[in-house]
Amino acid sequence: MTVISVEGVTKTFGSHDALTDLSVQFDDGGFYALLGPSGSGKTTLLRLIAGFEFPTSGRILFNGEHMEGLPAEKRDVGMMFQSYALFPNMSVFDNVAFGLTVRKLPAAEIRTRVAEALELVRLTGYDKRRPHELSGGQRQRVALARAIVFRPRVLLLDEPLSALDKALRLGMQVELRRIQRDVGITTIFVTHDQEEALTLADRVGVLRDGRLVQEGPPKQLYERPASAFTATFLGEANLFTGTAAEGRLALPDGTLLTPDRPAAPADTTCAVRPERVDILAPAEDPGARNVITGTVSEVIFAGTSLHYLVDWQGRSLKVTATNRGAEGAAAGETVRLAFAPRDTVLVTP
Amino acid sequence: MTSPAKGAPGQAGAILALTGPAYLWLTVAILLPLSAMFYFSFLSEAPLAGKTGEWTLANYRAFFEQGFYGTLMLRSLRLGAEVVFWCFVLGFPCALVLAKSVKGRWREALFLLVILPFWSNALVRIFSWTMMLRGNGILERAIDWVVPGRFRLDIMFTYEAVVIGLVHSYLPYMILTCYISLQAVQDDLIEAARSMGASRLTILRRILLPLSLPGILAGVVLIFVPVIGSFMEPRILGGRNGTFIGTVIEDQFTAVFNWPLGAALSFIMLGCVGVVFALSRLALGRRG
Repeated sequence: MTVISVEGVTKTFGSHDALTDLSVQFDDGGFYALLGPSGSGKTTLLRLIAGFEFPTSGRILFNGEHMEGLPAEKRDVGMMFQSYALFPNMSVFDNVAFGLTVRKLPAAEIRTRVAEALELVRLTGYDKRRPHELSGGQRQRVALARAIVFRPRVLLLDEPLSALDKALRLGMQVELRRIQRDVGITTIFVTHDQEEALTLADRVGVLRDGRLVQEGPPKQLYERPASAFTATFLGEANLFTGTAAEGRLALPDGTLLTPDRPAAPADTTCAVRPERVDILAPAEDPGARNVITGTVSEVIFAGTSLHYLVDWQGRSLKVTATNRGAEGAAAGETVRLAFAPRDTVLVTP
Repeated sequence: MTSPAKGAPGQAGAILALTGPAYLWLTVAILLPLSAMFYFSFLSEAPLAGKTGEWTLANYRAFFEQGFYGTLMLRSLRLGAEVVFWCFVLGFPCALVLAKSVKGRWREALFLLVILPFWSNALVRIFSWTMMLRGNGILERAIDWVVPGRFRLDIMFTYEAVVIGLVHSYLPYMILTCYISLQAVQDDLIEAARSMGASRLTILRRILLPLSLPGILAGVVLIFVPVIGSFMEPRILGGRNGTFIGTVIEDQFTAVFNWPLGAALSFIMLGCVGVVFALSRLALGRRG
C-alpha cells in the first residue's frame, strides 16, 4: 500500500503563501485528519497530494516515488469532494463504474466490482438511480464508492461530512471508519470540525496559516497541546499567562501555578481544559492541586453537563462539571477552583 | 419554490402583469402578420392595391410540381447543416476555453471579441468579406505572401463563400449558448473525473459534451433556422451560385411581387425545419 511523504512543501498563489515549508508523513493504512480553520491551507495540501496543483517548492512522494509533474489522472488517487461531484448525466452504476471503464476493465469485472462497492456503502439496488433521485447521505455514499472502487493508492476526503445534518453525520462517521478499516486504504481527510477529526482519525495534523502547528494522535493533541492555538482550536481551554518562577508560573495576581513540567524561563502560558477544573466544596482540601478563587457569573445547564462561567481577574473562566444531580454552585457565589498540575499544560502563546 | 399554479391568488395577477406585455407584443408583431401571410398563401393573388384573390392551393402545389423548389430546399437544408457543423467545430472549443480555462479580465476581453461583430452592421460585415474572398483579394494576397505562387484562391461567388460568410455571422450564437451551459458544469466534476484517471478526451466525451448538450442544441436551433431562410449572405457572397430557398422567397416578395407564392414557400420551409427538428429529437431521445 502507500506511504505518502510531504517534504518541505511551499505553495504560493500570486503573492500569497497558502503553504509554507510543510513536512508531514502519512503512514500506510492510516486515517489522517487535516484540521484547521478556513484559509489554513488544509485543502491546498489535499489538492497538492491529489495532483490538481503542484508545489512551488518541496516535494511529494508516494512510497518514495516522486510525484512532480504527475497530474491527478496519473496518480491513482480516490477523491471525494465536498459537493460529492457526482456526474448528473449518469446513473449510480455508471458513476461508480467510471474509474473502472476509464481503466478499460472487462465488463463482467466492472459489474462485480461496482456491486461490491455499492454493497460496502450499503446501497445495493440503487444502480439505476440518478444522483438527483438520492438523498444527501446516499449521494455521499455513492461518491465514496466511486472513489474506492478502482482501489486507489490513497483516499482523499474534502470536508466529507460537512454537507450532512448532525444526525446523519454521526451515522456516517461510524460508516466511514468501518469502510476505511475494511478497505485498509491510506486515508487523508480535511475538516474544520475538531470533533470529527478527534473521533475519526488515528492521527490529526493541525494547520494554521499554511503551517503544520502540531501533529499526533487525537488523545495526545487534546491532552498535551503544544500551542495556545491548538489548545483552543481543539476543544476549549482556559489560558493563563504569567512569568516563570523557579519552575512554576507566577500569575499577575501573585498566584503560583504548578505546571505539567518545570517551567523554563521562556514559558509564559499554560492551558487548562474546562472539564479538568473542579469547584471545591467550602472546606475541601485541594491537596497538591493549583487553586484559584473567583466568582460564579453564570451557570448553564446542558443536560449531561453543567457549564460555569467564573469571573477571575476581569476574565471569564470556563468550568465544565458532569451533572450528578447534586446542587452545584450558584451565580454570585465565590468559589475556589482546583486543577491538577498534570492538567496545567505549558503551551507556546 | 412553489409552482405558479399553487401560489397565492395575488400571484396570478402578478404573472399576468409581468408576462402580458411580452405576449401582447408577440401577438401583435408576429402572430397577426404571420396569420395574414398564412392567409395570403392560399390566395391566387395578394389582396393588396384593390386586387382580390381567389382561394387556391396552387402556391403549395407549385412547390411539389416544380422540381427545382425541392432541390433548392434540400440545398438550403444542406447549407444549414454545414453552417451549424462549422459553427460547432469552431465555437465549442472556444466556449470551452472561455468557460473553463480563462478567468477574470482576460475572459471579459475575449468575450468582447466574440460579441464585437454584433456591433457592426450585417451588410458591412458581408461586404467586407467580398474584399477578403475575391480573386487577388486580401486573403489571397496574404496566402501568396506566406507561400508565394502556390495557391490561387478564387472562392468569391461560390457555395464555400456563402458558408464562410454565414459561419462568421452565426458563430457567436454557438459560442454564447455553449459557454452558458459549459459554465454551469462544476469544476469539481472535471476534477473528480481526473482523479479517477480520465483523460481529457474522456472528460470531453463523457462529461462535458453530454452536460452541455442543451446549450449545443440551443445554438443549433438558433443558427439552423435563420440560415435556412438567409438571403443576404447567399446573394452577396454567392452571386450566381447563391440561389437558395431563402433568396427565392425574397424574390417573390421584392422582385416578382408574387406574395402568395412567397408566403407558401415560407410555410413549406417552416414545415421542413419542423420535420428536421422532430427527426433529430427522435434520434437524440432514442439514444438517451
